[in-house]
Amino acid sequence: MNGDESIAALRRGLLDRRYSAVELTERSLSRIDTANETLNCFITIDPDGALAAAAAADSRIARGEAGPLTGIPLAHKDVFCTRGIRTTCASRMLANFIAPYDATAVSRLAHAGAVCLGKTNMDEFAMGSSNETSWFGPARNPWDPGRAPGGSSGGSAAAVCAGLVPCATGTDTGGSIRQPAAFCGVTGLKPTYGRVSRYGMVAFASSLDQGGAFARDAEDVAALLQVMEGHDPLDSTSTTAEPTAFDGSGSMTIGLPGEYWDDLDADMGAVLDDATRELEAAGHTLKTVSLPHTTAAVPAYYVIASAEASANLSRYDGVRFGYRAESPDSIDDLYRRSRAEGFGAEVKRRILTGTYALSIGYYDAYYLQAQRVRRLIRQDFLDAFDDVDVIAAPVTPGVAFPLGAVTDPVAMYRQDVFTIPASLAGLPAMSLPCGLLDGLPAGLQLIGPHFEEGRVLELGAEYQRRTDWHRQRPHIIPLDTGGPGEVSNAV
Amino acid sequence: MQFESVIGLEIHVQLATASKIFSGAATAYGAAPNAQACPVDLGLPGVLPVVNREAIRMALTFGLAIDGEIAPTCRFDRKNYFYPDLPKGYQISQFEQPIVGPGTVTMDPVDGAGEPRAIGITRAHLEEDAGKSVHDAFAGRTGIDLNRAGTPLLEVVSDPDLRTPEEAAAFFREMHVLVRALRICDGNLNEGSMRCDANVSVRQVGTSELGERTEIKNLNSFRFVERALKHEIERQVDVLESGGRVERETRLYDAQRDETRPMRGKELSDDYRYFPDPDLLPVRITPDMLDEARAHLPELPSAKRARYVDELGLSQYAARALANDPDTAGYFDATVEAGADARQAANWVMDHVAATLHRHDTDIAQCPVSPARLAQLIARIEDGAISNTAAKTMFDALWEEDGDIDGIIDAKGLRQMRDSDELARIVARVIDKHPEQVRDMRAGQMKILGFLVGQVMRATRGKADPRQVNALLRDTLGVP
Amino acid sequence: MDRETLARLARLAQLELTPEEVGPALDDLNRIVALIDEMRAVDTRDAAPLAHPLDADQPLRDDIVTESVDRETYQDIAPATREGLYLVPRVVE
Repeated sequence: MNGDESIAALRRGLLDRRYSAVELTERSLSRIDTANETLNCFITIDPDGALAAAAAADSRIARGEAGPLTGIPLAHKDVFCTRGIRTTCASRMLANFIAPYDATAVSRLAHAGAVCLGKTNMDEFAMGSSNETSWFGPARNPWDPGRAPGGSSGGSAAAVCAGLVPCATGTDTGGSIRQPAAFCGVTGLKPTYGRVSRYGMVAFASSLDQGGAFARDAEDVAALLQVMEGHDPLDSTSTTAEPTAFDGSGSMTIGLPGEYWDDLDADMGAVLDDATRELEAAGHTLKTVSLPHTTAAVPAYYVIASAEASANLSRYDGVRFGYRAESPDSIDDLYRRSRAEGFGAEVKRRILTGTYALSIGYYDAYYLQAQRVRRLIRQDFLDAFDDVDVIAAPVTPGVAFPLGAVTDPVAMYRQDVFTIPASLAGLPAMSLPCGLLDGLPAGLQLIGPHFEEGRVLELGAEYQRRTDWHRQRPHIIPLDTGGPGEVSNAV
Repeated sequence: MQFESVIGLEIHVQLATASKIFSGAATAYGAAPNAQACPVDLGLPGVLPVVNREAIRMALTFGLAIDGEIAPTCRFDRKNYFYPDLPKGYQISQFEQPIVGPGTVTMDPVDGAGEPRAIGITRAHLEEDAGKSVHDAFAGRTGIDLNRAGTPLLEVVSDPDLRTPEEAAAFFREMHVLVRALRICDGNLNEGSMRCDANVSVRQVGTSELGERTEIKNLNSFRFVERALKHEIERQVDVLESGGRVERETRLYDAQRDETRPMRGKELSDDYRYFPDPDLLPVRITPDMLDEARAHLPELPSAKRARYVDELGLSQYAARALANDPDTAGYFDATVEAGADARQAANWVMDHVAATLHRHDTDIAQCPVSPARLAQLIARIEDGAISNTAAKTMFDALWEEDGDIDGIIDAKGLRQMRDSDELARIVARVIDKHPEQVRDMRAGQMKILGFLVGQVMRATRGKADPRQVNALLRDTLGVP
Repeated sequence: MDRETLARLARLAQLELTPEEVGPALDDLNRIVALIDEMRAVDTRDAAPLAHPLDADQPLRDDIVTESVDRETYQDIAPATREGLYLVPRVVE
């Protein structure tokens, strides 16, 4: 046990009684204890709950009733409601909010035996690409704590990267799993929209939000997905499709969208060329495809996501839960000050943008037009998937940027240019580490047709059998810190 | 100047589902504050709406009843505004694609005479109800009770077809009759099960363009609709006659002061920013769903009234009294179906049955005497086995304990005497016993006949048919 | 976007902006408006609006009471309650 084992390896270790779930949890807690001050990837740590769950996992193992994730430590992005542990969404608005229910993804993972260690940092209400909008301060990138871990699920990506937990949940609305996965050099999957129930996931943009997972490699991500996915009667938009199938990747045609590659920075382009050549060497065929409406994706996304958010965030009014301003003298004063003081600047910008896009006189020009663009973007992908099995693309224009470096909100929005189109189309997309640029990880994005997560994950796993980029780890904290086990041999 | 008014109503009908439209919380009335508000109703973060099948079914039944257009899909939208009794900051409603499109409600004319009138329905859409604000419980504070939040509402919007406050009230009443007949609403006005907003404008007679309208909220009784509209029309006419302009505004009817006044706080928004609720998908109305809705469609009250008059020969009054309450109509129909004479059955249901129910403080759905029993009872009157009076005694007996009708008639000795020889003997005996009265009657004091009939009835312990006794006495005494 | 529009949006969204916040907010929002304006030129005449990425219908739940309300727990997280009611400053209708 050295902090860099796969879920399968940890499961073998647990079932062979080489270590107990309690020991595994204690080691994770100890690593979190060491690292969190620097990395700030956890907003809430729950040692008591974790140790109790680990003890329960040990008895389950002893009874021979281990589930697929029994005893595996895990962290939840703080957007997932957890009964009894606060769920803050990294907002002052919810700094003391304790949900009386578990998110469906949380209860499914718990039921499968996973041990929740705590709640990870994120951009406030998942709005951001750097973690800097968190009310609790940004999580930091373990490769360079002066840099952003990405966002919005930056805390989860950083925690997996630093070996604090072997896996973590995240959510992705326009790239919030894939971009931090790329920045931190871990594997992250955004499933097809509707694959994972949104029940208990605090909503940002309901038609785009999708829960997913981070882990060290595609196989581990697949293990998490198989537990998290499936229809949920509590979420009207959760799919009734068959569970993810793994049929073997075979020889595939991989599409390279010209629009993504043309403007790519030369260094990033070179890293990605290496990655696609590796896929070609594995016996797959590369083919250039066109996604002609790509440039309209970021503007359309910011209309749709902000419009939905403007309504989704109206419930934070200081009446039934959450932050309330001191001594309000009228109901309007209560609303206006509670919301002004409870929300950060980026959240307010999105609410105002969305309110604008939906208001009289602008609805057709912005909201409806964005929905029409959304259809064209989805159609671009459907057309491309007539010719190719998977699309390969960059995740980000560059590697992790220094905290504080991007101050213009629009420049920040454009960071998501390569992840937003698949979000608008509702497609499954994964980010895998595919190289280092100036000592920082770069990500390869694999996008599949709707409900073809299996294809994407298998291709990713094949790539990871041929490369070791996903095994690269920063040396921020030695992997053997804080517990029993062998000395690390990681790079 | 002559003015006329143009009125349209928006009627909010609380659908009688067991659970809420988007959550599994109960809809029952009268629970402790917030004891029926679950996380979805409270708008807690992360929880999601799921549509109640029965709310859709009830809306479809209504749509079929008014012969409304029903599109193959409908959609839910968000209507955005802040108000403390609206937990999410938006109401889930239907804006662009309502479940029911244009249709018609047929109502009786206001004065009860003449042809029924067809009132156009613009649309009917589903939405969630808001909670309640409690203003008088705590000084300087308003309390919020969200039990009602999420209760399914069908908002029925009429065309501006109504011309007078009386007609508006009659339409509201007809809607009340209709939704109860469809069994989609309990119709309990004092619990807020049906609420009405009225849009009203006035214009000079002879002009066709509409004047500026006001909306009056909070009309939860037939009388309030009538009174509020009367006041508002007078107010608008006064404004126009004094050279002023009617402002488009929302007004509140204050029943205690019997006046309308502008609403101050609840100018909710001038821009609701409707957009499709991304938590919900389009609702596809399948043929199966329509079949199920149709299976719940009873004979409509307007059709029932017409049938009672045209086919059963009842009066307009009786037709309304029976047809407008679904349980009464059901009881009456079943009685007629079991073979009872329609007019007899109508009289019984409106008279002795109603009085007995009233005395026992119960309603006809709980009536222990079944329609079949009542029909048997009526048949026994018809065939002369018992008198009308005895039948009432029988009804009361059956109320207490059901059983074989003829058995009880005999056990109680209520069967009318049919043996005319025996009756003739009793009549003779009565005549013998009352020579003075017989003499006076023969001298022309005919009212004494009633006394003698009574004596015969007493002697037969009520078993004789009074008509027969009457005839026999006249015959025997030789009076015309 | 001008100050008046921003004030109107802030009122609709119930967000109070301090005088110092208005200027920077307006700058940012105008940059965002310029961004979203980039899609207005796209020819979408033949594209119906897409509200959801998947073509699916709304599932319907049976009309059964499934929620037992735990008011005490729900109100533990409320800023102000009394006698089971949520409290807000007096609202005038």
